[in-house]
Amino acid sequence: MSSASSIPKHIEDVLVTHRRGFLKNAGLLAVSFGFLGAGTAEQAAAQGGVPAGSPGPYRDPDFHQVDSWIVIHEDNTATFYVGTTDPGQGTGTCFRQLMSDELDIAFDKTTCIMGSTDITVDQVGSGGSFAIERNSWPMRRVAAEARRVLLEMGSQHLGAPVNQLEVGNAVITLKADPAKRVTYGELIAGKKFNVTLSGNNVYAVSGKARTKSNPELKYAGQSIQRDDIPAKVDGSLKWAVDVKLPGMVHARNVKPPFACAKLTGIDESSVRSLPGFIKVVSKGNYVAVVCEREEQAIRAARQLKTSWEKPAVAPFPSSEDLFNYMRGATPVSEVTPGGPGQSEPHPSSQSAVEGDSELRNHRPGDGRGAAPSEKHLPPSKPPAVANPQMRDPESGPIVVGNPDAAFSGAAKIIEAEYEIPFQGHTAFAGAHALADPSNGQMTVYTNDMKSYSMRRGIATFLGMPHDSVRVIWMMGPQGFGRSAAEDAAFEAAWIAREIGRPVRMQWMREEETAWDTKGPAFLVKMRGALDNGGTLVAYDFHARSCDHNHVGYNEPNSVLIAQLMGTRTAKPAAGSAAMPSDMYAVPNRKMVGEVVGLPILWQTPLRTGNLRDPNGPQPTFAAESFIDEAAAAAKADPLEFRLKMLKADTHDDSGFRRARSIAVLKAAGEAYGWDSRPSPKPISQGDVLAGRGIAYSFRGETVVAQIAEVEVNRQTGHVWAKRLVCAHDCGFVVNPAGLRHTAECATLHGLSRALHEEVRFDTDKVTSRDWFSYPTLRHVDIPERIDIVLVNGDPNPERPDLPPYGAGEAALKPMLAAIGNAIYDATGVRIRRVPFRSDRVLAALKAAGV
Amino acid sequence: MSRIELKVNGHSHTVDVEPDTPLLYVLRNDLDLRGPRFGCGLGQCGACKVIINGAAVFSCITPVSSVKSEITTLEGLSQNGRLDPVQQAWIEEQAPQCGFCQNGQIITAKALLDKHPHPTDAQIREAMNGTLCRCMSYFRVQSAIKRAMKTMANASHADAKEVVA
Repeated sequence: MSSASSIPKHIEDVLVTHRRGFLKNAGLLAVSFGFLGAGTAEQAAAQGGVPAGSPGPYRDPDFHQVDSWIVIHEDNTATFYVGTTDPGQGTGTCFRQLMSDELDIAFDKTTCIMGSTDITVDQVGSGGSFAIERNSWPMRRVAAEARRVLLEMGSQHLGAPVNQLEVGNAVITLKADPAKRVTYGELIAGKKFNVTLSGNNVYAVSGKARTKSNPELKYAGQSIQRDDIPAKVDGSLKWAVDVKLPGMVHARNVKPPFACAKLTGIDESSVRSLPGFIKVVSKGNYVAVVCEREEQAIRAARQLKTSWEKPAVAPFPSSEDLFNYMRGATPVSEVTPGGPGQSEPHPSSQSAVEGDSELRNHRPGDGRGAAPSEKHLPPSKPPAVANPQMRDPESGPIVVGNPDAAFSGAAKIIEAEYEIPFQGHTAFAGAHALADPSNGQMTVYTNDMKSYSMRRGIATFLGMPHDSVRVIWMMGPQGFGRSAAEDAAFEAAWIAREIGRPVRMQWMREEETAWDTKGPAFLVKMRGALDNGGTLVAYDFHARSCDHNHVGYNEPNSVLIAQLMGTRTAKPAAGSAAMPSDMYAVPNRKMVGEVVGLPILWQTPLRTGNLRDPNGPQPTFAAESFIDEAAAAAKADPLEFRLKMLKADTHDDSGFRRARSIAVLKAAGEAYGWDSRPSPKPISQGDVLAGRGIAYSFRGETVVAQIAEVEVNRQTGHVWAKRLVCAHDCGFVVNPAGLRHTAECATLHGLSRALHEEVRFDTDKVTSRDWFSYPTLRHVDIPERIDIVLVNGDPNPERPDLPPYGAGEAALKPMLAAIGNAIYDATGVRIRRVPFRSDRVLAALKAAGV
Repeated sequence: MSRIELKVNGHSHTVDVEPDTPLLYVLRNDLDLRGPRFGCGLGQCGACKVIINGAAVFSCITPVSSVKSEITTLEGLSQNGRLDPVQQAWIEEQAPQCGFCQNGQIITAKALLDKHPHPTDAQIREAMNGTLCRCMSYFRVQSAIKRAMKTMANASHADAKEVVA
């Protein structure tokens, strides 16, 4: 099935039609303009629209009003307005599928507008792989309520009780006499629903109607083509980088040449005579130049003479010395222990707080109409607790059973230490934003996935009233967490206000690679005890992350421009070190998570921030490599060794999760054609050594098992993942093709982080500055075959109706360990440090005499 | 500033810019094209690619004054409102994730298939290797190239038949 309609190519068009239509009606969406999907700015202007830079105030759409979410037009089409953003996984199409189903309207008669603060309700934006798991529920409930209200209106119109009516494709008919009919458009177009929903917050919002059960869904469950792809392929999509406004100018940053540098002078005469030069703007240690044209700004930023003073102490150790430094550093005292490899783990950040509280208060299926009966409910524990027995204390070491006794009685003890370096968000294009200060307001065009916190942050940063600021979300290069898109937007807004013209800020490649936020480095020590039967009976996990002062989302006092200007939070954000994320029944465990900081925490390019599955891949690399080491020590097959630690039970939560884990691990093994044998396999004679490795994780409520088959060249150390399998269970699947693609790309992102990605730095600056000094996966690295196996299997036949869980980030988590385990299987050499670059692998092979 | 003439996607334009201005900024900011995009400015990632004389060229490091031949951008690939088979294959394979890099992927694939209608897997990887993707859509992109290859082969086969008939 294809998507006949699509998202509007120009988000401003929607703003324009909105302005004309309903802002005068207190922001409610009640006027019909025909179908918006194919509109252009020019057409909208011809209809009498006003420019997008129209005056505020920009009020928050009221999430309690059905009208804030759904508009039905005269031509019987519908526009959905949702407060999330789609960074490229096709969630926007999924929202349309689910809402079309609940509303009972044809999918291709709908369109979906996302994430712009003055026209869509605040659902945070995106993050944590929660788009479908959490954000889609209020959308569904509102659409179901709209359907209910329309049926009541149809009942009045047709003069028959609701139970004598039926509805399909937005047409209500009398069952007994289908000639008697009325369309949604005839009932509501040009009018408001005026229906107030209940619920204390946007996630709890609900009407009286019940949502449909999975079997009742018609579009959800189908591989409908993504609606954003055609315009991305023919060049017609207007991205955040494409917005142009009258009088717009271009800004480029002049970054400090090293961390925590103090600006001591600017020689403006070095650029004043350049063509197009407008101004050097500066405050504290923040410097940027503004020019009429883009290439002029680039030239002026390069040519501007500035002088800087180095800090008294070296801001950080070099990347070569990082792990020695981390070993010797004193852990930060006030640390909140991280959960098992969750996204959004940082209570210091506003959105993380939102995320966590959402997680606790709002689990799927909790009376929100997803599950028709009690027995269909998913596990009742909040998904943050992947393995509940691991999370009892809120601080200090987590101890289960009696690890000391178990270690002293062990038949065999194994120990290992793993190192995961800083890895970058390193967006494909530099961070960018456009800010328009017209009419004393501020409109920011951004691709940042969290437009709502950006609005709050920028309003606070500039000291502007909340409703004078709006943020318009548009597509951009991949958003995998707290990217530098946020920094660029604050910079654009500040400069725009300084010079009173619309300003486009664009970071250059070296800025993006060096100065974006980083995923924290981890050092993980592990110890395990095996009994005589080769069972892992005890396990020590001691993680140390370099994550002190982990920046939150759109914080006005931790965003880079604020830091450079000298503003900072009262104290650095604590950061966190996550625990392994699995369901293994190891009876005795001791788990410690510590955070250490670098000598200088502010105004540094080694800022940490949420990067896709923020502290998941690192502890999972350690834990799942270690399980493999334990299996090898026990001379057991690594897949069977894992299965042995997972005892299924479909009637208690932990057992249920184990049952799903078993199903996924088995599915991966089956898809691969796994033959049972211990690792390593006998080393062959040729130059190319082949092996296979498996790893697994349980993230939130999503299970992933991945198998890698690698070829290791013993002459060069080069590793090629020839084949990958990803078995994935995230419950109900809204769009199978979309999920496959998301899982495939996330799997390869894991491969990139396993093989290539490492931020390099000397003692005062990041030396990874481009795609050679920060290598990423390339076309030549791609496996010859990738199998994505959607398990979507509920092992309990009494409750086959799991809700959807988060999909994307889970598929990244186990990959690093799967590759490491495959290298061990192929070569007999265990490499406990990622990435597995050729030089590192070759050195390890040589040291082992392979 | 100097007046420079360019032919882009069949249309002639005159722009008044510094001669060393990278072609990318002229295409984007003076001619309002959206296909070529800034990714690195260093000729490393391919986001900015356009086709000149049948080759996929990094417009971010090409001075505008050095361009003497017609430029084809992503917008210029479709003919008479019909997408190029490469673009069509991209939709059928649902190749992009965020899609920001796909200009480079499509332009590079188009230049490759125009020159070598039947590349081997190794040739595809090699030809595409300078076009990066941070969403890691590579596998799908390679699948889309193979799909386009087949479509184009079938089409030229059909054309040949027509001529014979």
